[in-house]
Amino acid sequence: MSEPVVQVTDLVKRYGEIEAVRGVNFAVTAGETFGFLGPNGAGKSTTIKILCTLANPTRGSARVAGYDVVKDRDEVRRNIGLVFQDTTLDAYLTGEQNLRFHADLYGVPRPQLAPRLKQVLEMVNLWDRKDSVVSTYSGGMKRRLEIARGLLHAPRVLFLDEPTVGLDPQTRSSIWEYVNELKRREDITIFLTTHYMDEAEHCDRIAIIDHGKIVAIDTPENLKASVGKDRVQISTADDQAAIEEIGTRFGLDAAIREGLVTFSVAEGEQFVPRLFAELTEQIRSVSVARPTLDDVFMSYTGRTIRDSEATAGDKNRGMMMAMRRGR
Amino acid sequence: MTAQLTTESVDPVTAAIRVSVPERGLRQDLRAVRIVWYRELIRFKSDRLRAVTSLVQPVLFLFVLGTGLSSLAGHGLPPGISFKTFVYPGVLAMSVLFTAIFSAASIVWDREFGFLREMLVAPVSRSAIVIGKCLGGATVATFQGIIILALAGAAGVPYNATLFLTVIGELLLLSFTLTAFGVMMAARIKQMQAFMALTQMLVMPLFFLSGALYPLNGLPTWLTVLTRFDPLTYIVSPMRHAVFSHLSVSPAAASFLAPNVTWAGWQVPVGLSLGMVAVMGAALLGIAIAEFQKTE
Repeated sequence: MSEPVVQVTDLVKRYGEIEAVRGVNFAVTAGETFGFLGPNGAGKSTTIKILCTLANPTRGSARVAGYDVVKDRDEVRRNIGLVFQDTTLDAYLTGEQNLRFHADLYGVPRPQLAPRLKQVLEMVNLWDRKDSVVSTYSGGMKRRLEIARGLLHAPRVLFLDEPTVGLDPQTRSSIWEYVNELKRREDITIFLTTHYMDEAEHCDRIAIIDHGKIVAIDTPENLKASVGKDRVQISTADDQAAIEEIGTRFGLDAAIREGLVTFSVAEGEQFVPRLFAELTEQIRSVSVARPTLDDVFMSYTGRTIRDSEATAGDKNRGMMMAMRRGR
Repeated sequence: MTAQLTTESVDPVTAAIRVSVPERGLRQDLRAVRIVWYRELIRFKSDRLRAVTSLVQPVLFLFVLGTGLSSLAGHGLPPGISFKTFVYPGVLAMSVLFTAIFSAASIVWDREFGFLREMLVAPVSRSAIVIGKCLGGATVATFQGIIILALAGAAGVPYNATLFLTVIGELLLLSFTLTAFGVMMAARIKQMQAFMALTQMLVMPLFFLSGALYPLNGLPTWLTVLTRFDPLTYIVSPMRHAVFSHLSVSPAAASFLAPNVTWAGWQVPVGLSLGMVAVMGAALLGIAIAEFQKTE
């Protein structure tokens, strides 16, 4: 196999007291769509910032497109396209002016510029809006324009940091249409971060990151298969009593997740009739779910992503502040 | 939407456009300087309100303060020279003062709205971005000065090509230095409110101590010393010198009203005055570039 497009070795990033990334290793091969999945503050954005040369690692090394992110900063920059979670467009310029600005900064050769501009704008369906000022664009249009801009200089790796965060579900799915279209059309490696489980399914491979460490790395199918069990959630009159009873009667480890008594069991659909027959605690509602990436996350970290974001809130804020100060 | 995408994906053009980004070099950096500069012009053009509001203050100083004080200050002036004529060079300096600093403030906005990041991750040298920004701010501010320059007649200053070219050159130098100063501060100060508060705090003393509103001689010692420390002094004095050399006034009156800056009795030549401002601008630019080189 050829050299990986992204190669990360023992990467550590510390902001003052806080260790945002704690020894991360992975490699991404050419043409792959690689996803970084984890709750806010898990270290995703910090890793991406290092890979994009916006932050220096405290320890360890990273290579992108064959270049070291610290030593060959400019080479890395020429070969990557970036779409950040916060918009980085100039709202006072038109869509086209934003792209032309980018083309000049990246030195896109002038003869290639006009056709390339048209191509990327048509790809994201913004060609007819190119002369409008960006402040008149909707959130989804802005994100699409950023994707077009990220592709303008034909990068080898496109980084998408939470590309759909803050967008409504319909716009989110249209962004994915564009990304999938892009994978078909361009010879490009996509590296994305998300904390939406359903979005991670678009990836060829996923790394689950939690507290600055990678806890699992595989294809979505293999990760789900590794969990094996279905997830059952019930609500009862007395949840604590139900948890105890599930423990003693069936030997299953139940806990409150997202406000419901939750446990994993093989072949959940066959198990539900037994549950109703044997559990003395009255059941108000029940749901059975096939393993999802959320279950994968839970099986590796012991928490759902939503739970860890609720509890990690304060810690995150501290880290954000530290990052802001360090910027 | 989807149908349109599929029809386009068979477009043979799609595969044909292979973009290869060249190695970084001087030409690339110059292209980056040009586009960062050009963006400042586009933004200034689209922001007419800013252009108008930043003209209000100089116009007030020239016509309202200038006219209001002429009866009082008129006694000290030779016949035919009004107080408006006297403050005119100071008002020119004022007109670029605010615009130049506000242009630098746009870096703080760019950081807040993320656009700064787009510039900082580009494969060009950071100095290209900072130089482009300073040139952009200087151009826009000088343009504001030119509008005030167009009002020369109303201040009793003749429309003379040599005079105008001299003054425009001096305004350009001043605006560049001021923008470099602002950019250097914007590298450090990340909140807009703090930036504005700090510049307000600095700009007014700079203006009042520059001799824009009064002659530099016959001042009490403490004020004489302070005016000599104000960089703006070294540009207002040459501008006033240029204006008075194109008026019909006696040499005695001209040397009283538009004297060269003196250091303990020694007259600082105009060239040295301007040279000092240029050196200061270059130094500030250097610091600003160094500030933006840093990586997290």
